[in-house]
Amino acid sequence: MSFLEIEPFRIALYVVGALAFVGANAAYLVWVERKAAGRFQRRAGPTEVGPAGLLQPVADAIKLMSKQIIVPPGSDALLFRIAPVMVMAPALMCFATIPFSDSIVARNIDVGLLMIFAFGSINVMAVMLGGWASRNKYAIISAARVVSQNVAYEIPMLLTVITMLMVAGTLNLHEIVKQQEAGFWAWNIFRLGTNPLMPVTFVIFFTCMLAETNRAPFDMAEAESELVAGAYTEYSGMGFGVFFMGEYANIVIGCAVATVLFLGGWGSPVGFLPGVWWFLAKMYFLIFTVIWIRWTFPRTQFYGLLNLSWKILIPFSLATLVLTSIVMKIPRMF
Amino acid sequence: MTAFPFGPAIAAAIFIAFCAITGAGAVIAALSKRIIRGVCGLALCCIGLAGLFYFLNSPFLALMEILIYVGAVCVTIVFGIMLAEPEEVLEGESRRDALVWGSCAMLVGAAFFLALSRIGLSHPWIEPASRADGSVAAIGVALLTTYSMAFEVISLVLLVAILGALVIARTGRGRA
Repeated sequence: MSFLEIEPFRIALYVVGALAFVGANAAYLVWVERKAAGRFQRRAGPTEVGPAGLLQPVADAIKLMSKQIIVPPGSDALLFRIAPVMVMAPALMCFATIPFSDSIVARNIDVGLLMIFAFGSINVMAVMLGGWASRNKYAIISAARVVSQNVAYEIPMLLTVITMLMVAGTLNLHEIVKQQEAGFWAWNIFRLGTNPLMPVTFVIFFTCMLAETNRAPFDMAEAESELVAGAYTEYSGMGFGVFFMGEYANIVIGCAVATVLFLGGWGSPVGFLPGVWWFLAKMYFLIFTVIWIRWTFPRTQFYGLLNLSWKILIPFSLATLVLTSIVMKIPRMF
Repeated sequence: MTAFPFGPAIAAAIFIAFCAITGAGAVIAALSKRIIRGVCGLALCCIGLAGLFYFLNSPFLALMEILIYVGAVCVTIVFGIMLAEPEEVLEGESRRDALVWGSCAMLVGAAFFLALSRIGLSHPWIEPASRADGSVAAIGVALLTTYSMAFEVISLVLLVAILGALVIARTGRGRA
């Protein structure tokens, strides 16, 4: 019996692993983001600290950790301090059920998909409280934007998820991946037999994920040129750092869920390499796409954002939902 | 996989922690002077409740509690607070009004507490059946058969909430 089968060790390993994964991702996705931004704008990005600027995140982390956290006078000090924690803790909870491969999953929960959305929904509340507690007009405007944006995009996102649930018939992420194991033609995004609009469903899900994580072109909550730094304006040092770690953790979770739901999870299209590498490759490809979009498209205007959700995404997601149910139900009637 | 050492003790400790969170959240929600902290207390209370649902073998219900009450209801309330921008500390109601309404609320609360504890003490506890089944079909069947009553009662709560909103919006608030 290897020591991994001893339950307390296993849990400790996964807790430390999830923390390290989130921390390393946050640090190095910032590096990837800066490098990619540099390349998209025909510059080099960070080059000075370490080879190719690879030590830049370490330097940034030391800087952030040694800075003083200033609680602005007149703010609600307690909520101001709690808000970053409320972004980070639920994001960490979500990692408990993401299946990185057939065997690498902290806890295979029957209602795993629901768990991710439940804990994901706390994020809005946290950003809003942070903005409100700051007692800063930019922060409060940003908090109001976060809510209307998240409410608007939660609807099409959950509609596409319901579509996927009808196809899969289970909320267990492990099971959902198992169903797509046959090959890349069995991945949900290519299962045109159950729903000819499946790739559209994927695009809707991905767009909503961008909006839910407040990423450009939907970064209304931060909107540097309009709102200084939005809800994070008054945060300094690690308060700011934790918000950003939470944001990157949410991007990782969103891309992991997209991989599980649509791209076959750890399933390999060709057959070599263990599944976990395929999972990571697909996930990081999606994350790269998120960064790519950020530095390619300008920020939308606010009514453009709401129009996109209410006039395009919601009707289309409803259409895919109805179409899927028709395609699934009609053959059974005869 | 081996059994977790001190498993029952840890489970009991977590159960007590969830009870404490629920109670503390409720107390914060009722007593805090700043309305925004009251909402945070409500959110805390809901998270504690979700933990208690988990102990009742209903992970589905636990997660729905978080998704709906923390993720939707509390967010909506905070949004409402932000739009209304109430003064931080309102001048209190008159002492007589506070006494009347407070004692009414206490009476109703005490009646509920007595009724529930009477039911709890006079009937044997039933070990809740394990419903840890992630399949959508099982959840659908449970919602529309076993729990159809609870499902309908929840919709009544929503109806009352809408009526309350209409009443307040039509006449305005007389007191306070």
